[in-house]
Amino acid sequence: MENLRDTWVYLSASPLFHLTLTLVAFQGAFWLFEKAGRNPILNPVLISVIGIVGVLISTGTRYPQYFEGAQFVHFLLGPATVSLAVPLYRQLAKVRQSALAIGVSLLCGSLTAIFTAVGMAWLLGGGPDILATLAPKSITAPVAMAVAEKIGGLPSLTAVVVIITGIFGAMFGTFVLNAVGVKDWAARGFAMGTASHGIGTARALQVNEVAGAFAGLAMGLNALATAILLPVLWAIVF
Amino acid sequence: MLGYLTLIFSCQLIGEVIVGTLALPVPGPVVGMVLLFIYLIIRGFVPEDLGEVAGGLQKYMSLLFVPAGAGVMMHFGLIGEAAVPIAAALVVSTLATIAVTALIMSRLMKRGN
Repeated sequence: MENLRDTWVYLSASPLFHLTLTLVAFQGAFWLFEKAGRNPILNPVLISVIGIVGVLISTGTRYPQYFEGAQFVHFLLGPATVSLAVPLYRQLAKVRQSALAIGVSLLCGSLTAIFTAVGMAWLLGGGPDILATLAPKSITAPVAMAVAEKIGGLPSLTAVVVIITGIFGAMFGTFVLNAVGVKDWAARGFAMGTASHGIGTARALQVNEVAGAFAGLAMGLNALATAILLPVLWAIVF
Repeated sequence: MLGYLTLIFSCQLIGEVIVGTLALPVPGPVVGMVLLFIYLIIRGFVPEDLGEVAGGLQKYMSLLFVPAGAGVMMHFGLIGEAAVPIAAALVVSTLATIAVTALIMSRLMKRGN
């Protein structure tokens, strides 16, 4: 018993345990997702987060201690984002041909994301800090946090809101796209990337290569558009 | 294989340096993506090994969001306080953005062809 406790103390302080926990949770979640015929409701990110948070709370582990191990996985997000240039390049002809459509849809999508989020929260009594936290929710976390801080939001809550937006979009995007009857893979992917950044892009990549390429493009462009538009809009409206 | 992994990391590193130096409002990896894209335009094709490295990174891209996602446990209190406006804003806005963007884009692409 003594040995077991010593081993636990040792392991819970080493990166190996939380790194393995992350991989095991994701493997389990992905297995479930596949078993259910890749049903987007069983989003692997959501299921693994629930499992990991459950383990951390029940073992009394604090998040920073978990992240010390899990950061090795987190780190690969950067290189994975860079690598999205590859599917994008493979769609180069299509991207050039639809440049105007891309520009207009980006602007409309970006403004829709900002105004509907802020409008809904305002109607339901959200304070100014909550509104500013929600405004950049559709763009990739590091940019969203910087923009939220600039307009008076709470950066750490922004990171969470961004991730929930991504998961929610990945879960229900397919249903919305089917409901509005859009069949074109480029348009479907572009909408996912605009509304739910990298997690929407990861979902699009699971479904179709063209959708994945346009989602990655939309994620990058919307980060740029929102970072420029939002502080200006905020200064005008407030 | 290793060469292209090095290329991807280098693009990100140069991206971070550019963003830091010019105080750009985008993250380093997004600039890195642009740099790799420029490299591909110059090369004129996707080298097979680069395609494999990129495919490997993207195959389980969802996994890479899990550590940050678990950060939600730090904010249960704040989320609880404003649960209704936050939940309503996320649900309505995310679905509306997907619908609006997809509809406009598909209409404009049809007209373009």
